[in-house]
Amino acid sequence: MTTLAQKIIAKASNQPSAKVGEVVVCAVDLAMIHDSGGPRRVKPILEKLGRSVWDKNRVAVVTDHYVPIEGEETRAIQELTREWVLEQDIKNFYDQQGICHVVLPERGHLSPGMFCVGGDSHSPTGGAFGAYMFGIGATEMAGVLATGEIWIKVPETILIKWTGQTDAFVTAKDMMLATCAKIGMGGGRYQAIQYAGEAIHKLNMQERMTMSNMAAELGAQAGLISPDETTIEYLKSVNASILDNWQNYQIEKPDLNGEVINLDASSLSPQIAAPHSPENSSDVDDFKNISFDIAYIGACTGAKYTDLMAAASILKNRKVSSNVCLKVAPASLRDQQRAEREGIMRILEDAGAEFLPNSCGICAGYGSDRLLKEQVCISSTARNFKGRMGDPSSKVYLASPYTVAASAIAGTMVDPRDMMES
Amino acid sequence: MPRLWLFEETIDTDVLAPGFYMKSPLAELAEHCLEAVRPEFVSKVQKGDVILAGDNMGVGSSREQAAEVLKYHGIAAVIARSFAGIFYRNSINLGLPALILPKGLTLPDECVDGAEISFQFDKSMLTLTKSQKVIGCEPIPTFLKTMIDDGGLVPHLEKRFSAEVIPKC
Repeated sequence: MTTLAQKIIAKASNQPSAKVGEVVVCAVDLAMIHDSGGPRRVKPILEKLGRSVWDKNRVAVVTDHYVPIEGEETRAIQELTREWVLEQDIKNFYDQQGICHVVLPERGHLSPGMFCVGGDSHSPTGGAFGAYMFGIGATEMAGVLATGEIWIKVPETILIKWTGQTDAFVTAKDMMLATCAKIGMGGGRYQAIQYAGEAIHKLNMQERMTMSNMAAELGAQAGLISPDETTIEYLKSVNASILDNWQNYQIEKPDLNGEVINLDASSLSPQIAAPHSPENSSDVDDFKNISFDIAYIGACTGAKYTDLMAAASILKNRKVSSNVCLKVAPASLRDQQRAEREGIMRILEDAGAEFLPNSCGICAGYGSDRLLKEQVCISSTARNFKGRMGDPSSKVYLASPYTVAASAIAGTMVDPRDMMES
Repeated sequence: MPRLWLFEETIDTDVLAPGFYMKSPLAELAEHCLEAVRPEFVSKVQKGDVILAGDNMGVGSSREQAAEVLKYHGIAAVIARSFAGIFYRNSINLGLPALILPKGLTLPDECVDGAEISFQFDKSMLTLTKSQKVIGCEPIPTFLKTMIDDGGLVPHLEKRFSAEVIPKC
């Protein structure tokens, strides 16, 4: 027996098994890059090495960080990106279609057993689909693009087991913020985390993506979930190619070499993380009556279709408080279009939301739409580091889309359950 | 004389390389390195200085500019209680030594911010000049040390590729 992480790494390194702690070289099934760490950084390195991409069909390029284009510098970055994609003849190019971690699965690029790298720290999102996926920097990505391989130290697996079922209005974001508080941002020790238990398998795929994505906030290399029928049903809906033997990667009870953390979903309250770390999380009750300027529903962990739907369920027939501004940046164009078809965008608009493009938006703090001096924000994103979303004096509180939406109506931080039960 | 930059708090990638300046050339981005937590860093840092940090050094983004700006400012090494994985790999890929303190090591009282130091990469060793007290770091794995000795991943790959070239018959 083995862990899901070891099983995938053994396959990628072409060995019968992968021993924890051993350094192995793995063949990469998919390399994802975006406009910030992608072509503008890897192009000069590949030229220096005199190499092109090793396999254009195994490379995906997404523009999401410098979207919208603002000024000459970002225009030049996007032009360079498009030219490089043409030059390398890369077909998997998603220009301003949404955030890379959301676009990859919705276009059918991920499936169980794959070994993938992404030029972004939230790449562990791919673990939700049973793929071993992790983030790397641009120089290392250039090495992958040149050779098709990367070294890895076979990780231990830390099992995070969620029993029970969450209360209404308690989400994957709340589960992850609670986990950050429990084990800390270094608690993952750059090992593999596997989420297991009935509360995990009851989650839909987009909620599972939030779990895997925020493995990055635990300091883990990857955040895996054993594939099940929900996974396969989703993958079929996006025409992903699924291995015939995908069930070989269905390892719900791994033979563990690391620790097990047991958590109970049924007793979990909505969580809020205080500035400036996701590990500063506790029950929403501890934050009652804190006021803020901006409520933000955005990012790969906070503005997918299911997140927009969650926000709309609260905002329906209600209005955002006059002393706050609600901004919504749907995580992908497809998710936004679906939300439009189902009347979700209309509900958000009627409540008073302002819409931003399908991109990383304020979460990355790359563009002009950012937090100003002393501004306070409650945000459905994954990170609230000092100054990340704008001025160093700004403050960010993290919460689920339900909690952000309910707080936007109340004008101060509230438990969404109180609003919906009253 | 090189000095020590001591950080008690966790240093994340976003304070090392702030997002708003990521679109700019490295020299401009580097001007904003650590400004949110140590506004004096950029004006006072000298070539050969060493950063000594706590746990989870470089947590956050995959942006390698977080390590690159330190190299740009002449930082000779980053030593920490522990590193965030991506930052650790990025540092080594860029040829910037990243060294881990032995678990539970108590630092000497003389190990203060601004202390004069000398750093020996070959010995994974930091010496506090005044007291001559030595802080030994965990030895760096050989294959990673080779990469740093080569100057980072790119020169390392150049070496590998040039060895792979088969002469024409």
